[in-house]
Amino acid sequence: MSDVRLDDITKTYQDTVALKSVSFEIRDGEFFVLLGPTGAGKTTTLRLIAGLERQDTGNITFDNHIVNDYQPADRDVAFVFQQYSLYPSMSVYDNLAFPLRSPLRRVPEPQIRQLVTETAEKLRITHLLDRKTAKLSGGEMQRVSIGRAIVRQPRIFLMDEPLSNLDAKLREALRVELKHLQSTQRSTTLFVTHDQIEALTMADRIAVLDRGHILQIGTPTEIYDHPATTMVAQLVGTPRINLVPAHHHEGGLKVENADLVLPLDGMRTPENVLVGIRPEDIRLGSSGAYTGTVVLTEPLGVETIVHVRCGEQVLLSVVAGAVPYQIDSSMHFDVVRERLHYFSQDGQRLNRTGAY
Amino acid sequence: MANIELRQVSKKFGESYAVKPLDLHIKDGEFVVLLGPSGCGKTTTLRMISGLEAVTEGQIIFNGQDVTWRHPSERNIAFVFQFFALYSHLTARENVAFPLQAEGIGREEVKRRVAQVSEMLKIQHLLDKRPGSLSGGDQQRVALARALVRQPAAFLMDEPLGALDAEFRETMRAEIKRLHIDQKATTVYVTHDQIEAMAMSDRIVVMSRAEVQQAATPTDIYHNPANIFVASFIGSPGMNLIPGRYADGSVHVDGGSFTVNDGWRAALAKGLDADGSVIVGFRPEAVEVLAEGAVRGEIYAADMHGSYSMLHIELKRDQIVHIRADRGPHYRIGETLAFSIRPHMVRFFHPKTEKALNPENMA
Repeated sequence: MSDVRLDDITKTYQDTVALKSVSFEIRDGEFFVLLGPTGAGKTTTLRLIAGLERQDTGNITFDNHIVNDYQPADRDVAFVFQQYSLYPSMSVYDNLAFPLRSPLRRVPEPQIRQLVTETAEKLRITHLLDRKTAKLSGGEMQRVSIGRAIVRQPRIFLMDEPLSNLDAKLREALRVELKHLQSTQRSTTLFVTHDQIEALTMADRIAVLDRGHILQIGTPTEIYDHPATTMVAQLVGTPRINLVPAHHHEGGLKVENADLVLPLDGMRTPENVLVGIRPEDIRLGSSGAYTGTVVLTEPLGVETIVHVRCGEQVLLSVVAGAVPYQIDSSMHFDVVRERLHYFSQDGQRLNRTGAY
Repeated sequence: MANIELRQVSKKFGESYAVKPLDLHIKDGEFVVLLGPSGCGKTTTLRMISGLEAVTEGQIIFNGQDVTWRHPSERNIAFVFQFFALYSHLTARENVAFPLQAEGIGREEVKRRVAQVSEMLKIQHLLDKRPGSLSGGDQQRVALARALVRQPAAFLMDEPLGALDAEFRETMRAEIKRLHIDQKATTVYVTHDQIEAMAMSDRIVVMSRAEVQQAATPTDIYHNPANIFVASFIGSPGMNLIPGRYADGSVHVDGGSFTVNDGWRAALAKGLDADGSVIVGFRPEAVEVLAEGAVRGEIYAADMHGSYSMLHIELKRDQIVHIRADRGPHYRIGETLAFSIRPHMVRFFHPKTEKALNPENMA
């Protein structure tokens, strides 16, 4: 496997800037996730690394070799797409063997047999090897297409939303499989997704991309606990982070249109800020410094989302299990002050990236 | 408003049932969700209630009146679809006013009702725009306003949030629920999304293979699923279901065994076949990670979900259970981990009938 580096990459299509000065490094053996909404530039990044497109400026480096001028075939990357591109008339075995039988590789048959068997074992599809792929379920097909990518040892796996066409239960199951595979194989992988849960649960590190710019690179914990911008804060976590405008008031931060003064803990901030509070950091109870009105509860079984109105602001709180709260009843709550996020009005994080 | 009764309603396409004979009583003001995977019969059921689909057998009763063979327009219902069917050449205001004008309601009354519903859905600022210039979410708000403006006897909604992105879906989910709390209009809502069903409904009707699997409150569906299908369909991930064997007050599974309380002993002794085979069910949060825990397995994968971690524990090959745990510690792949299932949160199912067993003398 390889270490892959992008240095100051810019890519423009006619008048649109798809990527602007993008730099990051995927370390050898790392599972690296590019997370962002549609149009962020995720797929463009993949295509540049694969050599399917050429950047305008900047370098792409594999193990300290600049590969800008390498053809896709010479870059030795393996792609897994959203749509499983399997050959329906071939057996699962032949589909897995296909990349190894390529005239460029000329792997001898006994070795192919060994590699296919090992791969099938890893993905637990041994019992499917003789089947035609047309007869497989969606999840089985996706396993086979992952198998086809990992049967050889490319420098890097490039995965373009491989799970997004599957139903929720299957997606969960495959996520666990991929995660397990990664932790035992340590293959260098670039995984592209718009799904924050996929990013948080699978990544060693995440790069959050928005409109061609990288907003933040960090471990899932860093991204969740110390989002660099309001956009990152809102992109990860369900329900979404509460984000309220506030201004300085007697040593604290008074939330606009609400009877709510949040602690500032001696931090220096501009006069007007945005405060982020994760729903699990709003603790409801019979005591608590603040008061609000319950406007809605959404019982999800494992937890309940409680919507609490405070003046003109509605804050979401997450509580474990079921709750007995009546709609329109009043409610006390506290916030976990060391977990508050402060942002400038243009969305930049103001807290230092301390540990908590 | 309406209460809606389905009496032995069924639908056949050719020889196969799309909906097997079904009884359901939707109370006035109730929010009922029909939930199930695609092809389970939920949409066909909704379409029969609306009159868009004729029943094969059975009766549909609205407020005591048999409407089985009444035309949809005579049922006083409003339909909200997944795809906002707005008129593109009309402004949002004209779209919302349209159903009232079609009923011949006077100009002043139309104006008043449009203003009222627009305020409720916060679309006042959009009223002069045409649908083409609105975002998907705003279009769905306008479509909802057009349904609500009529004050019909019942709302029938077919995956109205299905086409929206995740972020907006959560917002609309809360808005529709809050609207229902304020208006108390009888609502039948179809979705395949179990989170939506849990969050919004007074009662969930879980369907699969043309049949009702269970009809109960969200809490009951979640904690006391009637069968294996419901147990695994509800929750993300669904309930852990592992094969085990019951003998003399203890349940043995791969990875360990644990004793059950008296209420369960009687039920298991009576409800299981002689060999004691049983399916043990427990939700990911029903577990405590403890060094002296009764069940052990190897950590297969561990992942961070923001405010908590999910551990995937392999009890034996291809038998993985999911456990919700604190985010704190670092969990190493391959390490052995022991856990206990909280006694009041364990469930049992018969392996052949796949039905839940009910403990005796349990609250």
